[in-house]
Amino acid sequence: MELALSAEDAAFREEVRAFLKDRLPPEIAAKAGSGFRLSKDDHVRWQQILFEKGWMAPGWPVELGGTGWTAMQKHIFDEECALAGAPMVIPFGVTMVAPVIMAFGSQEQKDRYLPRILRSDDWWCQGYSEPGSGSDLASLRTKAVRDGDHYVVTGQKTWTTLAQHADMMFTLVRTDDSGKQQEGITFLLIDMKSPGITVQPITTIDGSAEINNVFLDDVRVPVANRVGEEGKGWTYAKYLLGHERTSIAAVGRSKAQLRKLKAIARAEASGNGTLIDDPDFALRLAQIEIDLLALESLVLRALYAETAGKPPGPEASFLKIKGTEVQQGLTELLVEAVGPYAAPFQPEAFRQDNWNEEPVGPDYAPALAPLYFNWRKASIYGGSNEIQKNIIAKTVLGL
Amino acid sequence: MSFAFTEDQQLLADSAARFLADKYGFDARRTVMAAENGWSREMWRAFADLGWLALPLPEAHGGLGGSTVDLAVLMEHFGRHLVVEPYLATVVLGAEAIARSGSETQQAEILPQVAEGKLTLAFAHGEPTGRFDLARIAATATRRGDGWVLSGHKAVVLHAQTADRLIVSARTSGEITDRDGIALFLVDPKVAGVTLRPYPTVDGLRAADVILDDAIVPDSAVLGEVGAALPVIEQVVDRALVALSAEAVGAMDATIALTGEYLKTRQQFGRPLASFQVLQHRMVEMLSAKEFARALCYRAAGAMDDTTGVERARAAAALKSETGRAGKRIGQDAVQLHGGMGMTDDMAVGHYFKRMTMIDVQFGNAAYHLRRFAGLS
Repeated sequence: MELALSAEDAAFREEVRAFLKDRLPPEIAAKAGSGFRLSKDDHVRWQQILFEKGWMAPGWPVELGGTGWTAMQKHIFDEECALAGAPMVIPFGVTMVAPVIMAFGSQEQKDRYLPRILRSDDWWCQGYSEPGSGSDLASLRTKAVRDGDHYVVTGQKTWTTLAQHADMMFTLVRTDDSGKQQEGITFLLIDMKSPGITVQPITTIDGSAEINNVFLDDVRVPVANRVGEEGKGWTYAKYLLGHERTSIAAVGRSKAQLRKLKAIARAEASGNGTLIDDPDFALRLAQIEIDLLALESLVLRALYAETAGKPPGPEASFLKIKGTEVQQGLTELLVEAVGPYAAPFQPEAFRQDNWNEEPVGPDYAPALAPLYFNWRKASIYGGSNEIQKNIIAKTVLGL
Repeated sequence: MSFAFTEDQQLLADSAARFLADKYGFDARRTVMAAENGWSREMWRAFADLGWLALPLPEAHGGLGGSTVDLAVLMEHFGRHLVVEPYLATVVLGAEAIARSGSETQQAEILPQVAEGKLTLAFAHGEPTGRFDLARIAATATRRGDGWVLSGHKAVVLHAQTADRLIVSARTSGEITDRDGIALFLVDPKVAGVTLRPYPTVDGLRAADVILDDAIVPDSAVLGEVGAALPVIEQVVDRALVALSAEAVGAMDATIALTGEYLKTRQQFGRPLASFQVLQHRMVEMLSAKEFARALCYRAAGAMDDTTGVERARAAAALKSETGRAGKRIGQDAVQLHGGMGMTDDMAVGHYFKRMTMIDVQFGNAAYHLRRFAGLS
């Protein structure tokens, strides 16, 4: 077993660091680092910088604009980006719908959408969940009825992240309800400007509105926007789940949060010293750091397996559970670290660029309780942690 | 020993349950929260009419002389409905500090007005770097002529913006962490040198930072003995810990009920979520955490009135540690069991989750009181 980074990977890490130092706009990094909400423009600006460098789509085949990196290099890249405070690349286009289009889309779809995704010309959102279909996604009921060269789509999607910015939505719709639930589902690409679409923001418990209801009322979608075959949408959606299976652990992001937590613990007074000297807090900090190390170790092991060409195992479910536990644990400790100043609700302090007042309390404080509340979503979305445990019980333990 | 409520306590519980179920629904609360001051004067008058504002105040000054158990009974119902009115700030903290340390004249001036709902108070004690340590007071009070000059910064003072009087702690002598040398002052927030920076809190209440910049108050503003206020502050805060914990227990109870209803209604995989054993066990653990916290809560409430010194402090610390832990767990699990719906502002469960989270932060979190308890053995 050889656990140190190879000389090649170490050099790659330096290259990524140099690029970030050179090209990541400091104002965007500062916003992201202090918990500010990023605007659509911030995201697009950063993604276009990545595109210019040729690093927008590390997971894609080289001939389509990918980087040809090894799994380990992709991991290094993600981690360095997170540590530098780079915005997360919005995954709906580049890592979610693109692989499905590549694998199952028509040539026309590939030619049209993939370059636009690469250049961030289109903002994509995901139309999967419905009010009655969460963990039990296959029960979805949004209906698509064939009418000549079109499908007429009616129904409601929910929890649709950043749909307010979206140009396109990839969505699962029901084209047949006569047989098995999974067999009547079709994968459609829907233009968000189509008549009959209404996007309604959902305010979440942290006071933000990043998720939406998307109502579809007799929306006409060209049959040419169907990916693959009618009734095979479930297979395509599952293919997507097997993709990028280690990034769900968000190790880089958690490392950045841990660093922030330590900085706050060094700044917060406690007794006659600071919080980082508080033995109770120090132990809890140590515990979460160990959890994160264990998580990273499993990620590295999975990356190694992927590089060695082994088929994907159930690690995605382990990584989802542990990854979200670590993320949530960190947000919990951040709230705890800041003490009574977790309470003031000052959203303008981390949502508005032009807010010139000083927040009450330390400037790192206002974003922390909302972050904690917001991050409860992590153990719910993408297949709740209970569902992940079901998967492990079935596939690993054979129960 | 008896764990049964007295007849009066049962009547209080019944009337609180009835009144709040009728007048304090989720939507009514949201309307009140969105209004300018974040709470309702009309509701406050109703609380006065029901005798709730007078409940724990001394009989000599317009109060009913209720026990801490009585107070806990009421607070538990406040927790079930997430009451946003300044009861903790005015009655539990402010009036109690005056009742424990004020002169006859001061008590006669303030307490009857509190009981009648005509005057609200705020307890301006914690400071930006004080964290949860009650003795860590940097604000200063300096003698000048017949009065005192106050300077300092008070952090996250609950309901300060609407308070008619602030109860301000400041140091008259000694170093920042000395137990001696702290005094309490009754301060009109409108006097020169007092600036408020108000804001809503993440759990739907209102608070403010209070900046004192050479605020001048007369000698008659001093509450109790100059330099000897810390024991009073500790007693007031320990009783407030019980009140807050009772509120948390009520919130836990409501949260569990809401979650149980949701599990029975929500269908996935062709059956109600409530039929999944893994979710049933989760609910059982939540319920069990609540039951233990509630048992400890009423025991500690009794200890507030029947014991003194270390024993009383231990009861308060044990309780706050337990309710902090239980509230966090129940809140997190309730959101999880509600799935995506639990993340929405339109569902009550998130509001309970946020309140329980912030109760843990108020006057010391679970970790702080666990260590405090260990130190009191």
